[in-house]
Amino acid sequence: MANSKQVLSLYKQMLEKAYKFDNYNFREYAKRKIHNSFKEHKGLTDEKEINQFYNQGINSLAQLHRQTTISQMFTFDKLVVEPLKKHH
Amino acid sequence: MLSNQLRTLAVRASNRSAVPVTKSAITHSVRSLSKSTISGLATNTTTGELHVSTPVDPPTMPSPPEGSSLSLKNASRNESQFGTRPIYLDVQATTPTDPRVLDKMLEFYTGLYGNPHSSTHAYGWETDKEVEKAREYVAQVIKADPKEIIFTSGATETNNMAIKGVPRFYKKTKKHIITTQTEHKCVLDSARHMQDEGFDVTYLPVDEHGLISLDALRSAIRKDTILVSVMAVNNEIGVIQPLKEIGKICRENKIFFHTDAAQAYGKIDIDVNEMNIDLLSISSHKIYGPMGIGACYVRRRPRVRLDPIITGGGQERGLRSGTLAPPLVAGFGEAARLMLEESKDDREHITRLSNKLKDGLLSIPSTQLNGSPDPASSYPGCVNISFAYIEGESLLMALKDIALSSGSACTSASLEPSYVLHALGADDALAHSSIRFGVGRFTTEAEIDYVIKAINERVDFLRKMSPLWEMVQEGIDLDSIEWSGH
Repeated sequence: MANSKQVLSLYKQMLEKAYKFDNYNFREYAKRKIHNSFKEHKGLTDEKEINQFYNQGINSLAQLHRQTTISQMFTFDKLVVEPLKKHH
Repeated sequence: MLSNQLRTLAVRASNRSAVPVTKSAITHSVRSLSKSTISGLATNTTTGELHVSTPVDPPTMPSPPEGSSLSLKNASRNESQFGTRPIYLDVQATTPTDPRVLDKMLEFYTGLYGNPHSSTHAYGWETDKEVEKAREYVAQVIKADPKEIIFTSGATETNNMAIKGVPRFYKKTKKHIITTQTEHKCVLDSARHMQDEGFDVTYLPVDEHGLISLDALRSAIRKDTILVSVMAVNNEIGVIQPLKEIGKICRENKIFFHTDAAQAYGKIDIDVNEMNIDLLSISSHKIYGPMGIGACYVRRRPRVRLDPIITGGGQERGLRSGTLAPPLVAGFGEAARLMLEESKDDREHITRLSNKLKDGLLSIPSTQLNGSPDPASSYPGCVNISFAYIEGESLLMALKDIALSSGSACTSASLEPSYVLHALGADDALAHSSIRFGVGRFTTEAEIDYVIKAINERVDFLRKMSPLWEMVQEGIDLDSIEWSGH
C-alpha cells in the first residue's frame, strides 16, 4: 500500500509539473485540479482505493510530464492577466 | 518587409557576377528575416522551441474627450508588466483542446496509424478497438447504447443529416417539419432546403426568455408531421429548452424528435431514453476535444430510419460512409469521458465564475441579461448581456484584450443584429448592443476579475462619448424625440 509519505511526494511532484505548463489556462487548471482531487480523496481508508488513486496519480504524473514538455516547446504570447517575468 | 528582403536577396544573387556577395551578407539577411515577426513565428534552433506570436491590432478608436483621464488600453494597469494575448471568453465558438485529449491523440499520430476498417491485420484491429472504446465513452454521457452513435464531421453535418435524412426517407407519407426560430443557422438552412423540396416547415416562436411554448408545439403538430427539431441549449443566450416535455409530446404523436445538443452535450444532464430523444447532434470541439469530428445519436428501438447524405463503403451502419479518423475519434472519446468525469467540478467552477461575472456586469446601470433568469432553464456558461446606449461592435473593438463575440461565430462577420435576440422580441438597438460571454473549464477567476473591470471602465468611457447617454442622464425620454429626417 502507498504510505502517506509516498502520496505527499506524488502530490508535490505533480504540482511541480503543473507549474511547468507554459499555457496560463492549462497551468491554473492543473493546479486547481491536483489540489482539489488530493483534498477530495484525503479521507480514503480502504487499501484498495488508496492504491487505485495512487496508481492513477502516477499515470497522471507521466501525462503531465509529456504535456508540459509539449507546452514548453510550442509557446505563445503571455495573456493580458499574466505578469511578464523571466521564466524557466 | 519580407518581400523587400527577398527582393534584395534575389537582386544580390542575380548580380553575383558583377558584385560578389559574401556568404556573411546572405546569412545576415537570412538572420534578419527570421528575427522579424513576419509570420508571427520564432524558432529557437538550439532547444527546438517554437513561439507563435499573435498580432493584436491597437484599437482604432476615437481619442478620449479632452480632459478625460480614461484610457482605452489595458484596464488601468502597467502594460509593460503584462502579456498581450487576449483573454479567451468565447467558448461557445470553440474550446481549447484539453492536454489530456491531445495526449490521447498523439498516440495515433505517432504509431497507431491503421485503418480501423481493415479487418485483416493487427494495425486495423488496434485502432478499431480504440474507436469502439471512444464510441462507448461518447454514448455514456447521454446514457445511450454505443451502437446508436454515428461519427460525423461535426454538429453541422449531423443537423443536416437529421433534418434532411429523416423527412426524405418518409417523404411519401409525411410532409411537415417543426423547428424553432432560434435554432442554429445550419438547422434553419437545412429546413429551408427541405421547403424547396416540397416540405412544409413550421418555425415556432419563442417567448421573451427564449423558451418555446409547449401548447404552440402541440397545436403545430399535424397528421403528416415527421420531425420536430428543437435545440437543447441555445448558442447565443444559453437557454435550455424543456426537452423532456417536448420528447413526451413527440412520442405520443409518433413524431421523431431531433435535438441539436452541440452546446449542451456533457454540460447539462441529458438522458436520451428518459427524454425520448430520437436523434441528437454532438460536436467534439465544444467539449475540449479536437475540431473536425462530431457524432449523431440515432435511436435503434423504436428504429429511426433516414436517408444518408454521404454514401459509399457502408461504414457507421451505412448512415455515414467514409473512413473514420481514429485520432479525432479517440480524442473525441477522451473528451467525452472527461466531460463525464469532470462534470461535477466543471459545473461548480463554471456556475461560480458565471455568477460572479453576471453580478459584476449587471451592476452597471442600464444593462440587461438576455435569456432566461431561471437557473433551471439557463446554462450558466453562456452569459448574454445588453449594454444600452452602446453599440456592441464598438465595445468589442474597444475590448481587444478580451476575445468575445456578439453572437454566433458564423454570423460575426456581418454587422446584422442577431436573429435570436430578434426572436425574443428585442429591438434593433438592444440586439446591436449585446455581447456574449462564455465561461468554460479553463477560465480562471483572475480572468473574470479582469473582464469585469475592463468592461466597467470601457462602458463608462463609451457612454461618456455618446450623446444619447447624455440625453438620458438629463432625463429626456429617447422614444419621445422626433428625429428629423434627411
